[in-house]
Amino acid sequence: MAISEKQVRHVALLARVALTDEQVKSFAQDLNSILGHVDSIQQLDLDGVKPTAHPLDSINVMRADEVRPGLSREQALKNAPDTDGVAFVIPRIIGPGGEA
Amino acid sequence: MRLDEYTRLSATGLRRGIVAGDFSAREVAEASLRTIEATDGVIGAFNQLTPELARAAAEKIDEARAQSVRSGEDPDLALPPLAGVPAGLKDNMNLLGTRTTCSSRMLEGYESVYDCTAARRLIDAGALPVGKCNMDEFAFGSSTENSAFRLTRNPWDTERVPGGSSGGSAACVSSGQVTISLGSDTGGSVRQPGALTGTVAVKPTYGRVSRYGLVAFGSSLDQIGPFARSVEDAALVLRAIAGFDSADSTCVNIPVPDYTAAARAGIADGGVSGLKVGLATGLLHADGCAAEVREATLKAADIYASLGAQVDEVELPSATHGLSAYYIIGPAEASSNLARFDGVRYGHRVSDPSDILDLYMRSRSEGFGPEVIRRIMLGTYALSAGYYDAYYGQAQKARTLIKQDFTRAFCDFDIILTPTSPTVAFKFGEKSSDPLAMYLADIYTIPVNLAGLPAMSVPASLCPSTGLPIGVQIIADYFAEETMFRAAAAFERVAEFKCMPAGNHSQ
Repeated sequence: MAISEKQVRHVALLARVALTDEQVKSFAQDLNSILGHVDSIQQLDLDGVKPTAHPLDSINVMRADEVRPGLSREQALKNAPDTDGVAFVIPRIIGPGGEA
Repeated sequence: MRLDEYTRLSATGLRRGIVAGDFSAREVAEASLRTIEATDGVIGAFNQLTPELARAAAEKIDEARAQSVRSGEDPDLALPPLAGVPAGLKDNMNLLGTRTTCSSRMLEGYESVYDCTAARRLIDAGALPVGKCNMDEFAFGSSTENSAFRLTRNPWDTERVPGGSSGGSAACVSSGQVTISLGSDTGGSVRQPGALTGTVAVKPTYGRVSRYGLVAFGSSLDQIGPFARSVEDAALVLRAIAGFDSADSTCVNIPVPDYTAAARAGIADGGVSGLKVGLATGLLHADGCAAEVREATLKAADIYASLGAQVDEVELPSATHGLSAYYIIGPAEASSNLARFDGVRYGHRVSDPSDILDLYMRSRSEGFGPEVIRRIMLGTYALSAGYYDAYYGQAQKARTLIKQDFTRAFCDFDIILTPTSPTVAFKFGEKSSDPLAMYLADIYTIPVNLAGLPAMSVPASLCPSTGLPIGVQIIADYFAEETMFRAAAAFERVAEFKCMPAGNHSQ
């Protein structure tokens, strides 16, 4: 199934990446070429085969719910692009001018 | 001693010299740092050097030795297993006091706020952390050409790639800048550069080594593993970093055996006699496998037969579909893992966002390189409404068949032998314009990650036409790393491969 440029734009929005028109064209080409190869999976008889999400059999590893040391506020904010000293600062997301 | 006399020693050789008092750990640290200074302008293995961390670790070793001598103790008992061994760390492993960039503009200048368990264990075992190694951006690639920062050159031929994504970790060990290093392997990112640089390179069983503090790519595929110039050194490093970690729920609580003892058992007389070796003959005729690589693999099988092992053909009918399954599952997991890079808590942020959506979208397109965006797009598409079953669902089922192939094979065999990479090291630019051609570089390594098995690349020979190293891959059953090291050491002794190129890379 070929991917159109329209689909590429939709996927880019889902993935939260801004693409130029040129990139939309080249990613459409790349994705079609890669998915063309990947389609060889359809040659396998997969009816009734159970999916594998994870190589080991372990599920739901639990530990005691205890308080443990974590990052300090200072450490957590250390690499932030913008902070007010106590929190991450981002553009306004509600109210006037923010409809995202 | 001359510089290259330190840098050519094995990890055990360095430790022995330090224990005996022939030289200090500090001297070894300086020798490694000076070698890097002289050669890294050409090799380009490192994104960041950490001389202060290496010197502090060396002083600790020298102090421990002095203390043991003062108190009349045997320094051999007082010093840890990797005492004074210079080490490189792939730049996707967090370590306090270092930047962790994943060779991406997105994380340029990111300072670690905690330690990766494997890196911490390596240092606790006495290793000297000399720096962070270049890689394909976020580990997406097989040549290290996708680094946002620099080219890493193959020490065997500086016009060629070192492989990837752990290309810096491979090149620093191969060129003798350090003795050991850590890389991460999601589809072959330790083993393939190992083969291309003539180094011993290990991907442990999924769950054997903690992934805590490793920047995640494919969470059901990623494992950290060592590079070294001998099987015994690689075994020593794996023993140091393996084992349970409560900070990684996929890290299993199974005792860590003495892998070096297993390697030594392999070189003893009759070390592999009766070992059942499966030669994956079908895979040798896959498209794109070079004749020299095929011959080296067949010769490896002959070596095992000559050592008394039972060599037979093994069928892995679904393995050829591994690449297809991987290029759905890997990107799907990566697209989820990389969602965290949103320009809010860390990483690159666009300078003039109009609103939060614009902040996310442009911060990500500015911070990520083209291959990262390609994988995110591929993964997002494969997980999107309407396509999930056709792609992700089918790939997960194919993964089951691949795993079953191996499970069946290990009823009859102790190890499986394949090439590591279909070709020797290729030239810069040879595959970088065609994503699919680059993906094919991992055709032999990918099925192993999908199944979660342990495997390693061992240098076999030099390609007769190019003089470049060829590696063979030894795959073992789940948590059967001892069998793998035993087989690898036996092969290494007969193959007599010299793990360092002759060239001088000083400027």
